[in-house]
Amino acid sequence: MRRLVFLLPVLIVALLVAAFWRGLDPNRDPSALPSALVGKAAPAVDLPGLADGAPRLQLAAFKGKLVAINFFASWCVPCRAEHPYLKQVGAELGVPVIGIAWKDKTEASRAFLAELGDPYAATGADENGRTGIDFGITGVPETFLVDGAGIVRYRLAGPVTPETLKGELAPAIAEARK
Amino acid sequence: MIPELGHYALVLALVMALAQASLPMVGAARGTRPWMQLAKPAALAQFGFVAFAFLALMQAFATSDFSVAIVTQHSHSQQPLIYKLSGTWGNHEGSLLLWVLILTIFGALVALFGENLPPRLKARTLSVQAMISIGFILFMLFTSNPFARLNPAPLEGDELNPLLQDPGLAMHPPMLYLGYVGFSIVFSFAVAALIDGKVDAAWARWVRPWCLLSWTCLTGGIVLGSWWAYNELGWGGWWFWDPVENASFMPWLIGTALLHSALVVEKRGALKSWTILLSILTFGFSLLGTFLVRSGIITSVHAFADDPTRGVFILALLTIAIGAPLTLFALRAPTMRGGGLFAPLSREGALVMNNLLLATMCATVLLGTLYPLLLELTTGGTVSVGMPFYGATFVPLALPLLLLMAVGPFMGWKRGDVRGALQRLIAAGIAAFGAAVIAIWMKTDGPILAPLGLAAGVWLLIGTAIEFMERIHLFEGNAARIWTRARHMPRAAYGMSLAHFGLAVAIIGMTGAAAWKTEEIKVLQPGQSLSLQGYDFKLESVGGIRGDNYLADQAHFIVSADGEFIADLYPERRQYLVQPMPTTEAAIRSTPLADLYAVIGEPDGKGGWIVRVYHEPLVSWIWFGALIMVAGGLTSLSDRRYRVGAPVRAGATQVAKA
Amino acid sequence: MRRVLAVLAVLWLGLAPALAEEAQLADPKLEQRARDLSREIRCVVCQSQSVADSDADIARELRVLIREQIAAGKSDQDIRDYLVARYGDFVLFDPPFKASTYALWIGPFAVLVLAGLVVVLFFRRRAQEPARARALDPDEQGRVERLLREDGTEGGT
Repeated sequence: MRRLVFLLPVLIVALLVAAFWRGLDPNRDPSALPSALVGKAAPAVDLPGLADGAPRLQLAAFKGKLVAINFFASWCVPCRAEHPYLKQVGAELGVPVIGIAWKDKTEASRAFLAELGDPYAATGADENGRTGIDFGITGVPETFLVDGAGIVRYRLAGPVTPETLKGELAPAIAEARK
Repeated sequence: MIPELGHYALVLALVMALAQASLPMVGAARGTRPWMQLAKPAALAQFGFVAFAFLALMQAFATSDFSVAIVTQHSHSQQPLIYKLSGTWGNHEGSLLLWVLILTIFGALVALFGENLPPRLKARTLSVQAMISIGFILFMLFTSNPFARLNPAPLEGDELNPLLQDPGLAMHPPMLYLGYVGFSIVFSFAVAALIDGKVDAAWARWVRPWCLLSWTCLTGGIVLGSWWAYNELGWGGWWFWDPVENASFMPWLIGTALLHSALVVEKRGALKSWTILLSILTFGFSLLGTFLVRSGIITSVHAFADDPTRGVFILALLTIAIGAPLTLFALRAPTMRGGGLFAPLSREGALVMNNLLLATMCATVLLGTLYPLLLELTTGGTVSVGMPFYGATFVPLALPLLLLMAVGPFMGWKRGDVRGALQRLIAAGIAAFGAAVIAIWMKTDGPILAPLGLAAGVWLLIGTAIEFMERIHLFEGNAARIWTRARHMPRAAYGMSLAHFGLAVAIIGMTGAAAWKTEEIKVLQPGQSLSLQGYDFKLESVGGIRGDNYLADQAHFIVSADGEFIADLYPERRQYLVQPMPTTEAAIRSTPLADLYAVIGEPDGKGGWIVRVYHEPLVSWIWFGALIMVAGGLTSLSDRRYRVGAPVRAGATQVAKA
Repeated sequence: MRRVLAVLAVLWLGLAPALAEEAQLADPKLEQRARDLSREIRCVVCQSQSVADSDADIARELRVLIREQIAAGKSDQDIRDYLVARYGDFVLFDPPFKASTYALWIGPFAVLVLAGLVVVLFFRRRAQEPARARALDPDEQGRVERLLREDGTEGGT
């Protein structure tokens, strides 16, 4: 019994080392915050349309379809970088992309899309940023996958790049289609 | 050329360390004197080589030799010399070299001043110390070479992080490492004793000065970090329970426990296995801190690097360095027989309680620090553990400790008179109660911990003073007798009183600053003012100034109260040459009663500036209290008993065998 | 991808205090509530800063949101729940007391109790040990030697 007590320190250390070993997994990003919404119903989206004279953007209109929601802004540098790849999400993977301009002046967002092209199936303006916070974004750009039943299936923080497109979005889309 | 020589010196140090780690250990096992005696020259040579390497690196920084990679990454030719020099340790590789330098310094000190040590113990201790060196030098040579070159060499560097360009932060790492790494020698002594199979009072007496030195430096190092944060970060805070702050606090808590339990081993021959365990764990926590900072496993404002290979290496180092001694502990410690008997209500009993509370406090901090990681790895959930957790768990543990600290010194060894002690402390009790009442009266809706903390601090303050005055018979009125008693009292006793007193002062400061801090934020145009706690802060002007390697917006505040001039404050917002982030230099006016703290932020584009002012009562008591604690540690260290080595009465070692 | 975000976060971070240029609430009591609450909420992209202290865009948005909701009459707990629903428990510096954090909150108390038990057992065992011939501790050894010396015989072994 007494011997067991003396073994306690080394056992605790062994457990901690095992935990640290797992914590050092190169695939783990200690600063990443997983989305609290994955697996839950997507918040309602009801925003003024971005394009001139466009109808309001409502997520309910896309019910029954798998869609991607992309938060962007004209003042956001990585958003420019990811823009060409957004087309691929629609074209290659067959998932329509909804664009929401977050904390951006409507004219600036329009100019942004005019300059870089409009890959979106629909767009909306979230000028006061509340919809973004409803989705729990930590900044822009961020992209969410919402399935036909309105459940958030995946969240990509940061820009869409060839790597994340192939490595994260594509598998997530395939999973959501099952 | 010199960096290459430095690199080569490191390799030579490794060779010395290999020799020092192996031969003396074998020699001690076999009783071969020449092999045991090899430890001393090897330790000195190892120190010499590492010191050369360190100076070589420092020279590269001082001369802005941008062909050395880390000089380019962390220095700039227009920096003031002090920050060029402190840049040597302001980065991962250089700070590792500092780590190893201090390791070898302590090894060399034991080699030089350990003449009275039994040869076997000395040989084994230096051998273990060298093993730690080997681990860290290998880590440097394989993953974090300070002397890596850049070819072609850039014309200019990327500049030391502006946050580090501050005198407090220049001194924080060396001081901290002296503490952190100083406990390595205590660790080595403990492992040597385990290998020997024997722990006795003499061992405790040899170890205590090293423990004391490390503790003193660690106290200073931690407080320097806090002081820097207060001055530099711009929101008047000085402790955030950040994982890396905690990583330096845990060795301090366990080191304090060790200091006290070693006392019991020395005086009464009891608590041996526990003291050995603490010796191993204190340095173990230092290594844990190294791991947390440098492996990238936790994000923190302090974190150096996020390179997984480095993380794996340090984890391996950690596992071997802590796992092996703890296994040895599990095997050997049960056979160690305890010494003197004592009643639970005695000085030993009080020290056991001290250890119990400190160990629990340390476990609490460990739990809070690692919980987010452990939760994430098991359930994937995320949680944040911040100040509220520690306020609810750590502080309630600290309060009984503070209460005990005033009583303990009154207790005798073996059997103490608690009632008598409490009777003598009545004055302290009254003062504490009074302080609590004042605290509640001053802010009736404040946190409950404020009056409690203040009361505990005052209790300890007055209680320590009473104990000291009784010891020199102050109340008996005979001046000559008092003077004689005061002169003959051992320095270690002064040290204890100073250290406890200093802690009380610091606790009072911490309570005041945390509980009664007030702030005000406003956008001000020059000429406008804001007021806080009866003080009027008028923004006179904001102008541009230029420093050695920065441009700054400097504001001029005139502070007055009831129309009377109090102070001029000049907070700055600096933009350094290369790094994009601006840093704030707060302007602080300190008095023993409170600090007035002004910070200037961004311009609002319309001629106005965002301004933040704080009123923080009793903050300077924290720094002052810490200074007294460090003075206490140094006073104890200067005690003659430690300087003469370890005078051992002939019979003692043989009788007190395990 | 994550690197870019991290670099952005660092650039925005600055570690300089986020001096709030957004509008403050008119009522000082409400404004104080807003500030206190902002200090409890963790900035989701920074390294352990509160939204009160962070320069990040999202931190600023959350500060504005907190003020809006306070002005709209929501309670502190309502606002906390709102944020936790969107960002998870991570966003609170005060870990909630729920199944996933029982170990955290009960831990310190448990350690204290266990350690206390160990100490009690330690004293119990000591008291029960028969008064067999124990090794003399250093103080006692010294006294023995002194007494022996006084006796006229040579002290020590």
